[in-house]
Amino acid sequence: MALPKQTFDAVIVGGGGSGLRAALQLSEAGHHVAVFSKVFPTRSHTVAAQGGIGASLGNMQEDHWLWHMYDTIKGSDYLGDQDAIEFMCRKAAEVVYELEHFGMPFDRNADGTIYQRPFGGHSQNFGERPVQRACAAADRTGHAMLHTLYQRNVRARCQFFVEWMALDLIRDHEGAVVGLIALEMETGQVVIFQTKSVILATGGAGRIFQSSTNAFINTGDGLGIAARAGIPLEDMEFWQFHPTGVAGAGVLITEGVRGEGGILLNAQGERFMERYAPTMKDLASRDVVSRAMDQEIKEGRGVGHEKDHVLLKLDHLGAEVIQKRLPGIREIALKFANVDPIREPIPVVPTCHYQMGGIPTNYYGQVVVPRGDNPAEPVPGLYAIGECACVSVHGANRLGTNSLLDLLVFGKSAGDHLSQWLKGNPQQRDLPKDAADRTLARLDRLNQATTGENVAEVGLDMRRAVQQHAGVFRTGQLLSEGIDKIRVIAERARHTAIQDKSQVFNTARIEALELENLVIVAEATLVSAEARTESRGAQARDDFKERDDRNWLKHSLWSMEGSRLHYKPVNLQPLTVESFEPKVRVY
Amino acid sequence: MKFSIYRFNPEKDEKPYMQDFDVTLQPTDRMLLDAILRIKAMDDSLGLRKSCREGVCGSDGMNINGKNGLACITALKDLKEPVVLRPLPGLPVIRDLIVDMSQFFKQYHSVKPYLITETPPPQKERLQSPEDREELNGLYECVLCACCSTSCPSFWWNPDKFVGPAGLLQAYRFIADTRDEATSERLDNLEDPYRLFRCHTIMNCADVCPKGLNPTEAIGKIKEQMVKRMV
Ligand SMILES: Cc1cc2nc3c(=O)[nH]c(=O)nc-3n(C[C@H](O)[C@H](O)[C@H](O)COP(=O)(O)OP(=O)(O)OC[C@H]3O[C@@H](n4cnc5c(N)ncnc54)[C@H](O)[C@@H]3O)c2cc1C
Ligand code: SF4
Ligand code: SF4
Ligand code: FES
Repeated sequence: MALPKQTFDAVIVGGGGSGLRAALQLSEAGHHVAVFSKVFPTRSHTVAAQGGIGASLGNMQEDHWLWHMYDTIKGSDYLGDQDAIEFMCRKAAEVVYELEHFGMPFDRNADGTIYQRPFGGHSQNFGERPVQRACAAADRTGHAMLHTLYQRNVRARCQFFVEWMALDLIRDHEGAVVGLIALEMETGQVVIFQTKSVILATGGAGRIFQSSTNAFINTGDGLGIAARAGIPLEDMEFWQFHPTGVAGAGVLITEGVRGEGGILLNAQGERFMERYAPTMKDLASRDVVSRAMDQEIKEGRGVGHEKDHVLLKLDHLGAEVIQKRLPGIREIALKFANVDPIREPIPVVPTCHYQMGGIPTNYYGQVVVPRGDNPAEPVPGLYAIGECACVSVHGANRLGTNSLLDLLVFGKSAGDHLSQWLKGNPQQRDLPKDAADRTLARLDRLNQATTGENVAEVGLDMRRAVQQHAGVFRTGQLLSEGIDKIRVIAERARHTAIQDKSQVFNTARIEALELENLVIVAEATLVSAEARTESRGAQARDDFKERDDRNWLKHSLWSMEGSRLHYKPVNLQPLTVESFEPKVRVY
Repeated sequence: MKFSIYRFNPEKDEKPYMQDFDVTLQPTDRMLLDAILRIKAMDDSLGLRKSCREGVCGSDGMNINGKNGLACITALKDLKEPVVLRPLPGLPVIRDLIVDMSQFFKQYHSVKPYLITETPPPQKERLQSPEDREELNGLYECVLCACCSTSCPSFWWNPDKFVGPAGLLQAYRFIADTRDEATSERLDNLEDPYRLFRCHTIMNCADVCPKGLNPTEAIGKIKEQMVKRMV
C-alpha cells in the first residue's frame, strides 16, 4: 500500500517543554521543522509541573552552579554522569534568563528579580543548609513555562502537527534514522515523514503505575518507538516516588509546599523527618522522604481508617502565603482531598512521579548506543530529550526542579547540535522499501481482530502488577514474580481487540497502541530492577539494602530483543572541575 | 448513575443523537471524568479528549447539564441526573464530545500571544516589581479550554471575526505586562467593530470559566485603555 509522504529536515515528536524548546532553536535557525503532538502542545504534561526550575541565580542567598552540581550528583546517588550534570548546572542561569526574556511570568522579589524557593536536596556550600534555588511562577511554574514556550513558537512560526500520534521510526540499512510513521487522529490516516533527523521528546511513562501523578497521555510512546527500532533503554529500574501525591487521587502536591515551610506528620502528630534526615528534614531528597513515609506507614504510624497515609501540614504558613504562593495547591486540596489547607492538613502518600531512565543520550541530546568498544556511539540523525531521555543527569534519583531545567538545557543543546549536524548532512537519505510494513501490520491486526483482550482490562492488570511488584520497596522474589506476570500481560497486549473500527478520531485505537508501548516500559522496568542487586536512589531492595559501588556503579541497558541486559560505565569525569567521588549519602 | 450523552460518528451517523447510559460507580469515582471513563470501558467508541485529569491541561471541556466545564474537576455529587453531556456549543463537532477547535486557536493566535519587545534584553532577567507582576494574576492561568468562548453568544455568531473572551483575556495578559512594548500595536489590532467590540458584557464567560478567571473584566480594561488613548 502506498502511503502519503511528506519531507522535513527535522521532525520533533513531542510538544512538551523539551520538544518546544528544541523546536524554537531549530525554527529560529531557519530549518524546516515539524512538531508532532498527541495533544495540543499546551496540554502536554509539562503543564502540570508546579514547583520551580532549578538554577543558581543567587537571587535570595549566595549560590553557585558548583553547589547545584554537587547536590545533583549526590541526589543521583552517584549514578548521574558528571559531564552532563556540569553542563546542565552551568547552563541553568542562561536558560532561565532566556525564558524570562521570552515572557515567562516568574514571581518577583522586591528588587524585581526572579523569586526562588527552597526545594528538596538543594543546598548551599555542599550540603550545609537549604538554599532557595527553584525559580517559580506561583505553584504553576510548568503551566507558565509551557505556555511561554508555545507562544514563542507561534512567533517563530513553527509548524505543528497537532493530534498526531507517532508510531515508529524508520532506519536504513546503516542504522541511520531516515523517517517517521505517524497517524493523524482526526482522519485515521497514516503518513510517512521522510526526514534527515528525529528528536524524541515524548515525556514520561508514569502510567505504568496504578498510582501516578502522570497524565493519561504519559504512555512511554517514545520508549516503545525506540525499543522497537533496536535502541536499548537505560536505567529503567529507577522510578521516582514523589512523597506527596494526594492519597487516593494521585494528583501531585508540589515539594514547594515543604519548601515554603510545610511539614509531614505521622498519626502521632510527630514531625518524623527529623529522625530520618536531621539537617534537611522534610527537604531531604525524594527517595529518602518517600522511604521514610513508607516506613512510618509500615510501622503502624499511618493516618486514616486504613492507616495508609501521612499528613502534610501547612496551615501554619498562614492564609496569605498559601493564597499567594500556593494557590493551585489549595485548589487541588479542595477538589481532590476535600480539605482546605488553610485550616487542615492534606492526606498524602508516595506516588509514582518521574522516570529517571530512558533513551540513552549524550549532553547534545544525541541518542547513543554501544557499538564495538564504544559504549556510547551516536545513532545518526536520532536525538532524545526531556523525560523520555536518559542523559543521565538524574541518575538513580532526580532532584525536584531539575527536570524543567533539563528540558530547557537539553532542548536547546539538541536544537543547536542538530542545526549544526544538518549543515554537514544536507541530503535526505532514501527510505527502505519495506519502511512501513511492520507498523502497518500492527494496525492491520487491530483493524481485523474481532475478538480478543479488552484494552482497559489489560491496562489495569499491568498497572496493578507494576505497582505491586516494583513499588517503593522491592525484593528479588517480588520482582521475578512481577516479570512472570508482565510477560503474560505483554502477550495479552499483543492480542487486544477493539470494538470501534472507525477512522475518525478513534480513541480506542490510540489507547490500544499506547498499551503496546506501556508494556514494553513495564517489562524493561521489572527486568532491570530484578537484576540490580543493590539499593541506590529510587531503587530500594529489602534484600540488598546497601549501595554497592564495586559492582553496580554502572548504567543498565535493556534491549527489547530477547529482553537482554547489558551495562555501561557511569561517567565520573566532569568537563572542567574535579570529580565528585561517591560518598555515603546523609541529609 | 444515569447519563445522556451526545453521539455522532460522521462515518456512520447521518445525524447526532443522544444515548443513555446507566453506570455503576465505585466509591473512588469522584469526578465526572471518572464516570465517563467507566462508560468508555463499556463502549470504547465514545470519543472525548482527556489528559491531565486535574484541571490544568484544558482538554476535556464539554457542556455538562447545560453549562460548560472541565469534566475532570466537576464533582459528580453536584450533578443532577440524568447528567446530560454535549460537546462545547458553537464549534463544529468532529465526533461525539470532540469539537474542532481550529477557529478558537486561530483567534488566540490573532492577538499575537507572545511578549513583544524592542529593547534588547539585559544580561540577566528583566526586572519587574511584585506589584507589576501581580497584574498578570487572573490572566496567565488560562488553560485554553474554550469553555468561555463557546458559551459566548457573540462568539457563536461571529467566530471568524470576534476574538472571543479567551483570546481577549490573553490579549490583555500582554497589554498588562510591564515588560511588553507593543501596547499600542495591540490596541490597534483590536480596534475594530468586531474583534473587541462584539462583546456585549453578557458575562457568560466569567460565569463558566473553570479556572475562575474573568475575561469580562479583562475586556473592560482593554476598552478602558482604548478610551484613555483617545483623549
Ligand atoms: C504533577 C507534576 C509536577 C511536576 N513538577 C515539577 C517541577 O516543579 N519541577 C521540575 O523540574 N519538574 C517537575 N515535574 C517533572 C516535569 O514536569 C516533567 O518531567 C517534564 O515536564 C516532562 O517534559 P517533556 O517535554 O519531557 O514531556 P511532556 O511535557 O510530557 O510532553 C510530552 C509530549 O510528547 C507528546 N507525545 C507523546 N507521545 C507521542 C506520540 N506517540 N506521538 C506524538 N506525540 C507524542 C505529547 O503529546 C506531549 O506533547 C513534574 C511532573 C509532574 C507530573
Ligand atoms: S462578556 Fe463578552 S465575551 Fe463574555 S460572554 Fe459576554 S459577550 Fe462574550
Ligand atoms: S478563560 Fe477560563 S474558560 Fe476561557 S479558555 Fe481560559 S481557562 Fe478556559
Ligand atoms: S483532563 Fe486536563 S483539564 Fe481535564
